[in-house]
Amino acid sequence: MNLSVDLAGVTLKNPVMTASGTFGSGEEYSEFVDLGRLGAVVTKGVAKVPWPGNPTPRIAETYGGMLNAIGLQNPGIDVFVKRDLPFLRQFDTKVVVNVCGRTTEDYVEVAERLSGEPVDLLEINISCPNVKEGGIAFGQKAKAAEAITRAVKEKAGQPVIMKLSPNVADIGEMAKAVEAGGADAISLINTLTGMKIDVHKRTFALANKTGGLSGPAVKPVAVRMVYQAAQAVKIPVIGMGGIRSAEDALEFILAGAAAVSVGTANFHNPYVTMEIVDGIREYMERYGVSDIRELIGAVR
Amino acid sequence: MKRKESAVVLSQECLAPGIFSMWLSTGIAEEAVPGQFVSLYSRDGSRLLPRPLSLCEIGEGKIRLVYRVAGAGTAEFSALKTGDRISVFGPLGNGFPLEEARGKRVFLIGGGIGIPPMVEIAKRLSGEKVLVMGYRDERMFLKEELEQTGPFFAATEDGSFGTKGNVLDAVRENGLSADLIFACGPAPMLRAVKAYAKEQGIPAWISMEERMACGIGACLGCVCESRDVDGHSHVKNKRICKDGPVFLAEEVEL
Repeated sequence: MNLSVDLAGVTLKNPVMTASGTFGSGEEYSEFVDLGRLGAVVTKGVAKVPWPGNPTPRIAETYGGMLNAIGLQNPGIDVFVKRDLPFLRQFDTKVVVNVCGRTTEDYVEVAERLSGEPVDLLEINISCPNVKEGGIAFGQKAKAAEAITRAVKEKAGQPVIMKLSPNVADIGEMAKAVEAGGADAISLINTLTGMKIDVHKRTFALANKTGGLSGPAVKPVAVRMVYQAAQAVKIPVIGMGGIRSAEDALEFILAGAAAVSVGTANFHNPYVTMEIVDGIREYMERYGVSDIRELIGAVR
Repeated sequence: MKRKESAVVLSQECLAPGIFSMWLSTGIAEEAVPGQFVSLYSRDGSRLLPRPLSLCEIGEGKIRLVYRVAGAGTAEFSALKTGDRISVFGPLGNGFPLEEARGKRVFLIGGGIGIPPMVEIAKRLSGEKVLVMGYRDERMFLKEELEQTGPFFAATEDGSFGTKGNVLDAVRENGLSADLIFACGPAPMLRAVKAYAKEQGIPAWISMEERMACGIGACLGCVCESRDVDGHSHVKNKRICKDGPVFLAEEVEL
């Protein structure tokens, strides 16, 4: 039985990855998860310099989901390369580094810095709803998304995944734009911009007022967008948004995702990524599927 | 080692309006230390995030949680009965540095739902200690357990028992003093305790709280502003769930 999938020339032993920002750089979760059993670990976003992130509260629970406005707190590329990357490289898994920035130059500089490092893929975050500059500014206009993709691709040493925002009118157009810019793959969805108000305190639940909605509540939106994106482009699509079981992961794969990322579910169950790998295998046994690639985009 | 497991409810009791005490049978007890916390998970799939609850007592293969019903999640916990099961993850966080108390007179200061962790600390500290607890009113909880361990003073917001006011009003009214403080309670109380400790020139260890998601230092949801650059992100944001919840007061901004 084959569970391995190909992402822009990189072979993942199975299609299960972690979603950026929910899994740190793997160290904290390695106490519960054998990272070597995952297709890939996707790191928390890394910027050129350390970012302090947003004020607290940064987290609020919502029905079937959660809002976060962390604001991309991260130690910056120097610490990441020295401390986090060597840790991740101990495991037999692929390493995807999520890159964030405020300006095109920021993104390009980090990508360039990583070009000589033992990193398998880059994921460019142009879709964080929680920072004012950069991030989503590139992710909501097709022309800007195409331009930053092209700029990063010019200097990147690894295949580039562009992470797309669901906060757009036409996801197919955005997918095509980054494909035209040279993206090797796309991933989606990042979180949906949301808000929660505490009626007892009469304040916003988050200090940032708005935050990104994730968790099972967003899954149908995510499946729809992954389907539409997969129809629009030829490059591989990584699907995510509310996955917490193998069945959820398979929905995305059938909709056209070559791989999936598991995010918020890690908070509910630290072992969930391994359980999803096992569950996909069981599904394939049950239905006599010998190669997972038969399932990718099988529902049209 | 932290673990997530299905624990069995041994007992559930209401101690005061909205305050419940639950004993759970769990192997987490073996490695837990006072001041640490566990995360409890709702059985309702619409409530995703674990609820962090401090450890009130640590027994042989069992833990006691004394918690306030603050919403639907904790209301669900309070309805659990003996023999029911609940998912629990822990032990989490660092705990109070009890070794610092050796040879010293210690203030154990708790406010509201910050009182429970003081029970296990009080039981374990064999030296001199003074307990000062702040409640809303005379419907006090854990008073009997705490009184057994040492001199006990209380403040109530409405003055219905002990000193009217906060814990520091009780300290002053009773002319109390100590060489070291262990405190847990709401942010305004911790702020006052920090200022008092500075004024007295004594160290204060305080337990903080914040909205959390992962509970293990990965998501960066529950940070607090710190005096020094933190070891994780190299900014000035310590993670309450992992670097804390117990900090030396002077190391954190309140």
